[in-house]
Amino acid sequence: MKLELKDTPGQLLGALKPISDIGGNIITIIHQRDQTTSENTLKVDVVLELAEQKLDALIEALRERGCGVVRIGKQRLLQKQSLIMIGHLMHTDLTDTVDRIDQTGFAEVSELHMVMPAIDEPSTAKITLRAVSPEEMLHAVRILREVAEQKDILILEPIGGME
Amino acid sequence: MRLAIIGFGAVGQGLARALVETGFVITAVADSRSAAINPDGLDIPEVLARKEKTGLCGDTGVGSADILSSGAFDILVEVSPTNADTGEPALSTIRSALAMGKHVVTSNKGPIACAYHELKALADQKGVMIGYEATVAGAVPIVSGLRQGLAGNTVQSLHGILNGTCNYILTRMRDEGLTYPQALQEARDLGYAEADPTSDVKGIDAAIKLVILANTVLGMDVTLNDVAITGIDSITLEALSLAEAEGATIRLIGEILPGKNQVRVSPRVISLDHPLVVDGTLNAISVCCDLAGQVTFIGKGAGPYPTASAILADLNFIRDAYDRGA
Repeated sequence: MKLELKDTPGQLLGALKPISDIGGNIITIIHQRDQTTSENTLKVDVVLELAEQKLDALIEALRERGCGVVRIGKQRLLQKQSLIMIGHLMHTDLTDTVDRIDQTGFAEVSELHMVMPAIDEPSTAKITLRAVSPEEMLHAVRILREVAEQKDILILEPIGGME
Repeated sequence: MRLAIIGFGAVGQGLARALVETGFVITAVADSRSAAINPDGLDIPEVLARKEKTGLCGDTGVGSADILSSGAFDILVEVSPTNADTGEPALSTIRSALAMGKHVVTSNKGPIACAYHELKALADQKGVMIGYEATVAGAVPIVSGLRQGLAGNTVQSLHGILNGTCNYILTRMRDEGLTYPQALQEARDLGYAEADPTSDVKGIDAAIKLVILANTVLGMDVTLNDVAITGIDSITLEALSLAEAEGATIRLIGEILPGKNQVRVSPRVISLDHPLVVDGTLNAISVCCDLAGQVTFIGKGAGPYPTASAILADLNFIRDAYDRGA
């Protein structure tokens, strides 16, 4: 979201406090002084994670502090993870494989890049999943793993730096 | 201190060479078909020459049972090939030596993976040590690194490249665009892969090492059957290309999550700048600890001298702890 603040000391801190109070997780803050407007205010871009039903309460809390919300861009599926699948992907009903993730309501397949070297040879695909939270991403990966086991598809999961 | 070496293949012979002028005296050696015993110390150059010439280290008709009954040693060094199913015959030999009140040092994964808790209890009861640093990741001091170096930490996760053959194959597939069968053949030609590479490429060897780490230093109680194992034999070149496009590659990774009681071996997509991405036959283990954060160990996972290095470390530890006469 883009916030408009008075250009006086302490304003930025005052604007961020309601976000943490309400349980939001601040991911990045972009604060550029040269964007100061004629009304002696400045604009700040804040990227945060927050349960959707708390958004109205947050906007209200910010307004009470004299902090205007200029714009809100919502992205529901913040978590992204790519995996590689190897096997007979088409012949084991790729539509169904994708549907099993899409049907969850909390995750979806956002990208599929498939390479088919020759007829009857196993094909290889990069599948990108999006999910609303890390827990739900784990759940989506678990579903994909189960589907893959049923269809004799090999799934290569990524390994994080620190777990 | 006096050593009896059971198993006189590449590792046993490498160890015998490495032990020259270390102060340890080798009083007995055995291979699968013969043995030699001399309570005053064997002439090792002569034994090595005989082994090279005849394929036997000593006299047929003498065996490891005779070495045990002679009792002419302080530490039994068991370096025979691994039997992952039962750990035998090494397991019985080790059990007998511990029961006699002798220390044991081994590079043999079978007995440690199959029966560590039992062997450790027996060793404790007899007041002796069992050293097994060489069973996991060759020269890399992962057992002492976790047990002593990181003592007091809680290990939250362990990830490792524990099979040099698989790492070599995947490295060559990535670097040279070799297919899996081509890379496997190359590994065989260079002596990195066994004639029957099943245990390596199917992930079983890596899984055995995870069982050892889980049971001996991470406070778990798991068997090989508890490990979810996927090998590398169906990895395609296309998979490596797709990973590469994301700045990543594919490596066979062993994973232990003690909190979830989860142990698995599987090919994983891993960022090229991850510390576990090592080339060729190297091994690497990365642990994430509550106090220390992430710590990564990298080194040679196989070969006579790297294995001898780990065995020698155990032998020196025992000598420092027990040999008051030295």
